Amino acid sequence: MSRTPQAKSRAGNKPQAVKPVAPKTRAAKAVLQDAPKARMVTVYIMGKRHVVPEHATIMRAIEYSGQQIIRGAGCREGFCGACGTIYRLPGDYKIHSGLACTTLVQEGMSLTQIPAVPMEKAIYDIEKLSPDVDTFKRLYPVVFRCVACNTCTKSCPQGIQVMDYIQAAKRGDVASIMDISFDCVACGLCALRCPAEIVQHKVGVLGRRLFGRYLAKESKELDTRIAEVQKGAFDKEYKSLMSMPKDKLSKTYYERDIEP
Amino acid sequence: MKFSYYPGCTLKNHAKNFEDSTLFSLAHLGLEIEELPRWNCCGTVASLAADDLIHQLAPIRNLIRVKEAETTQVVTACSMCFNTLKRANERVRANPTELAQMNDFMYDEETPYEGDVDVYHVLDLVRDKVGFKDVAAKVVNPLGGLKVANYYGCTLVRPKQVAIDDTENPVVLENLVSALGGSPVEFPLKTECCASYRTVDSPNIVADKTYQIINSARSLGAEIIAVSCPLCAFNLDQRQEATLKYHPDFIGLPIVYFSQLMAIAFGCEEKTLQFGLHHFPPKPVLTGKGLI
Repeated sequence: MSRTPQAKSRAGNKPQAVKPVAPKTRAAKAVLQDAPKARMVTVYIMGKRHVVPEHATIMRAIEYSGQQIIRGAGCREGFCGACGTIYRLPGDYKIHSGLACTTLVQEGMSLTQIPAVPMEKAIYDIEKLSPDVDTFKRLYPVVFRCVACNTCTKSCPQGIQVMDYIQAAKRGDVASIMDISFDCVACGLCALRCPAEIVQHKVGVLGRRLFGRYLAKESKELDTRIAEVQKGAFDKEYKSLMSMPKDKLSKTYYERDIEP
Repeated sequence: MKFSYYPGCTLKNHAKNFEDSTLFSLAHLGLEIEELPRWNCCGTVASLAADDLIHQLAPIRNLIRVKEAETTQVVTACSMCFNTLKRANERVRANPTELAQMNDFMYDEETPYEGDVDVYHVLDLVRDKVGFKDVAAKVVNPLGGLKVANYYGCTLVRPKQVAIDDTENPVVLENLVSALGGSPVEFPLKTECCASYRTVDSPNIVADKTYQIINSARSLGAEIIAVSCPLCAFNLDQRQEATLKYHPDFIGLPIVYFSQLMAIAFGCEEKTLQFGLHHFPPKPVLTGKGLI
């Protein structure tokens, strides 16, 4: 598709004054009309120009352009972190980032996927660590290179205050690493943008593991529930679910109580 | 008057004795301080490169956090943090272009920095907001003439524009010790450098400095040395072991934070002092004086 017809179609979609038409004529016209076309935008995928539907996610746009994603796609729902993507927009000096599966394309977007970020991860036995600053100093001494430029936070597609948890690592505040980094999907874009070459997401993983192993409160509620399960309190309900026909099971599933 | 409190990373770890004794003492003096809910490393060493603006981001970001906490005054006990924060503050106050460049880079911050936060050291507050007369009045356990050599090192008095006292002959610590009932020992090396970060790559340099500094204080009758910087404390205390290797005639001295002396004089419990974090045990000399 050339640029001109597309520009025309975009212009054609602008709200215009509609002339009153007699109902009869209108019905007759509707039959002749083509199916409504999606509005299209021009994007540059790894430097090559493609025209893709406006409402496509970056992932859909890549596939629409005829390419198959081998690496750089996983859950397709914003959880797995396999589809980290960086892009720029016209007239904007900033490098933006997003997950290809949940970010919509925009006119003039120039993008490339970063399916993997090379790095070395620390190997450790969680049973032999202590939840304090010395552990970070030994396993990821690079965190002390942080100058608080906050580029990691700017690059995070999850909107995490990445720099704040790296700072928490610098002072051994494991609980804060846990709280701040919890939504990390380990796409690794922070590590790629960091001028101090820190591997933020791996530090987050270490922090959350330390928290889980050494600092997390034991859940009494969980113990009570396990005891209930073991006593067979839910056997009847489980049996009825297992014997349910698919449509009824599906209905029950979608009508279940969901925590807000 | 409320002050934001900036702890710094080391006071949350290897210098917990510094933090606990400072917080106890400031509460005893009735100073209202509140730890910043969000803060990052101060930036540690002010960069020596003239065009190295990126190293000023950490301190300036902390000053933005102070504004976000709706105060305009921040106090810190660690003299290295104090030095870094105040030097960055004075630099951007004097260079609006640099400040504009930095605010532009920090477009992720909702609050721009405008040079509108004042940086204080705990000793500033004790001297100027409380006054040594009132400090003396609040002493419940006077130091009983304990002979204290007061070591300032570099960061409290250099460079001149951030110095909390006279750069050549500061006296704030001496006056504090007197107010607490101790006997300050004047010694010529009180503003000598402790060799700072050379401790990482050349402990022998630190050993030489520690040997000179502690010998000087000891020869003038000091029983203990008071410091205000966790790195000075590390070099003068933990490095006494290395000092002994390079200088077999070396006899050590206990090193404490000035805030620990305050806390003792204000009647703190022993757990506030966290003596477990010290290399040369300060307890014998303090017990000998009947202070703990």
